[in-house]
Amino acid sequence: MAATPRQNPRMLQFKLVLLGESAVGKSSLVLRFVKDQFDDYRESTIGAAFLTQTVSLDPQTTVKFEIWDTAGQERYKSLAPMYYRNANCAVVVYDITQPSSLDKAKAWIRELQRQADPNIIIALAGNKADLASTRRAIPTEEAEKYAAEENLLFLETSAKNSLNVSELFTMIARKLPLEQGSDSQRGGGRGGSSLVSPGGGGQPGRGGVDLRGGQQQQSQDACNC
Amino acid sequence: MDETYDAIILGTGVTECVLSALLSIQGKKILHMDANSWYGGECASLNLTQLYNKFRPGQEPPTDIGRDRDYAIDLIPKFMMANGELTKMLVHTDVTRYLEFKQIAASYVYRDGKIAKVPSTEMEAVRSPLMGLFEKRRAKKFFEFLQNWNDQDPATHQGLDLDSVSMEKVFAHFGLEPGTRDFIGHAMALHLDDSFMQRPARETYERIILYTSSMARYGKSPYIYPLYGLGELPQGFARLSAIYGGTYMLDKQIDEIVVNAETGAFEGVRSGDEVAKASMVIGDPSYFRKGVNGKDKVRETAKVVRAICILKHPIPNTDNSDSVQLIIPQNQVGRKHDIYIAEVSGNHNVCAKDIYIAQVSTIVETDKPELELRPGLDLLGPIYDKFVTVSSLEEPIDSGRDDKIFITRSYDATSHFETVVEDIHDVWARVTGGEKLVLKKREDGEGAQIQG
Ligand SMILES: Nc1nc2c(ncn2[C@@H]2O[C@H](COP(=O)(O)OP(=O)(O)O)[C@@H](O)[C@H]2O)c(=O)[nH]1
Ligand SMILES: [Mg+2]
Repeated sequence: MAATPRQNPRMLQFKLVLLGESAVGKSSLVLRFVKDQFDDYRESTIGAAFLTQTVSLDPQTTVKFEIWDTAGQERYKSLAPMYYRNANCAVVVYDITQPSSLDKAKAWIRELQRQADPNIIIALAGNKADLASTRRAIPTEEAEKYAAEENLLFLETSAKNSLNVSELFTMIARKLPLEQGSDSQRGGGRGGSSLVSPGGGGQPGRGGVDLRGGQQQQSQDACNC
Repeated sequence: MDETYDAIILGTGVTECVLSALLSIQGKKILHMDANSWYGGECASLNLTQLYNKFRPGQEPPTDIGRDRDYAIDLIPKFMMANGELTKMLVHTDVTRYLEFKQIAASYVYRDGKIAKVPSTEMEAVRSPLMGLFEKRRAKKFFEFLQNWNDQDPATHQGLDLDSVSMEKVFAHFGLEPGTRDFIGHAMALHLDDSFMQRPARETYERIILYTSSMARYGKSPYIYPLYGLGELPQGFARLSAIYGGTYMLDKQIDEIVVNAETGAFEGVRSGDEVAKASMVIGDPSYFRKGVNGKDKVRETAKVVRAICILKHPIPNTDNSDSVQLIIPQNQVGRKHDIYIAEVSGNHNVCAKDIYIAQVSTIVETDKPELELRPGLDLLGPIYDKFVTVSSLEEPIDSGRDDKIFITRSYDATSHFETVVEDIHDVWARVTGGEKLVLKKREDGEGAQIQG
């Protein structure tokens, strides 16, 4: 059968998780990418640790990132296994002005290699690159070499002045195995690896059930639960 | 942790995690700690290494039943009623976004030495071996009565007042046989013992309606189950709490509940030489077993015996179902409490492919608890490995209103989470000085809105 050009543009959804030491700028990178904002004195992003943003790869193909921020659970060994579960890609962040933060990033990468899907795409981001001229503590080459050895994507970024932020996410989008993304227009599932069954009546794939469906009436009202 | 919080929460079972999330959503500053290095407390799901560490310290887990990371074995056997209160809570808080659910394939009941499907449709009821022809007609009248019941319309009451007449009288009104009463009371109303027969029928009516409406939701059984195990539930609510600013610490030794020497009121929690202060503490019973300030805080109400069984086949005579609930009503095996079997499998991402995890449990009645599980274990076929535990069901001795020490209950022997949500409501009322918890879905993002 001859390949026919795709008729409908497709939107493919992938789960992306952020990791790295506290205060390296994980939440700031997400905020820059999703809302194009930055805040010097921002406290943790209360109530918004589940964001989405799209990257257009070509007129036919859009990648939708379902972005999981740590919600501070990276501190005190309290990140739940649920966090890594079915993650298609991870951005591991360090702060180029903090030498210890690269060691922490390496530890997170080992953890991902142990716990996460073996095919996960990992990007290493050296954040706060706007401070490179005054306070750099980690040479670019050092992180670059490590990333090459571990087969990671790598960029130095700044959530503050936007340097390489959208580039980072686009780089990841290009590397994703697109055939494994779930078609976000059919709703349902979380994570990228679960394909939504065609015509599944709003139910996620693999015989799953959608709790939100079929109960619209009740769920709008207040209830005693 | 040397800081001051609005509340400190100890233990990360689903009860504590829901309360933590609700308080965080209200803007309270929460410190949530667990002595274990994993989430879930008594309702955690463990991988093989964690399971062997817990039950057989020093013994290496087997290598011939798949990868360690494929396992998430529940410590307690419970399913969610599709139309139950926990389901509503998940929907209203949007925690459903972090989870995926699957149906439990079937619900079975033991009768006269055999197991049979609990009928879920009229077709199944007509063919069910559980009742003879005439009994089926009587049962049909009984179910029609329940379905048509309308509090406002006395014509639907057939002279029976659900609030005063006992369930036994209602069964008698329809002439139902003892075996039918058994399966309706135990496999549909999910009563653990026969005391419901003497109580007003309303309670059993509501439970049957919950069963049938849950059944109607997805069709195969009234139960749903989160992929990757029950431990996902506390993790999901903990994440919600963290998103609203809650601080989480796992693997944190809790050395002392610090109280005011004079008033006995809660002041803080000590771990090593750090003390976190707060105006109240909420925690599961395990953190208060030693008592506080010389006063007992929890008491044991019963003991449950549970056997976690690893099988290499589905439970025999269940139509090769990948998951079932099987209930052995007490009368059928001469006991005072039912025996429950809950089975899940690789399809639920809790074990390797072609492996089945069956849990057999009951309330302890003798000094040989494991023997009491026999009738259940005998239905499983060859068992690859088995972990038996006896645990206490504990409850707080006082409401906690005076000393601001609010203790939750252990997970009971019921097969679902309805009583867990009752406990959440109860603790919420105690903590807030009598407020009723009413949740509403939020339009602008994650997390429910709390009314009131
Ligand atoms: N100069 C500079 N500061 C940044 C940058 N990204 C984040 N920050 C600051 O670093 C601190 C921690 O950022 P946050 O995003 O909360 O880090 P997280 O704990 O990793 O999520 C905040 O004060 C941010 O304003 C950056 O690219 N450049
Ligand atoms: Mg952050």
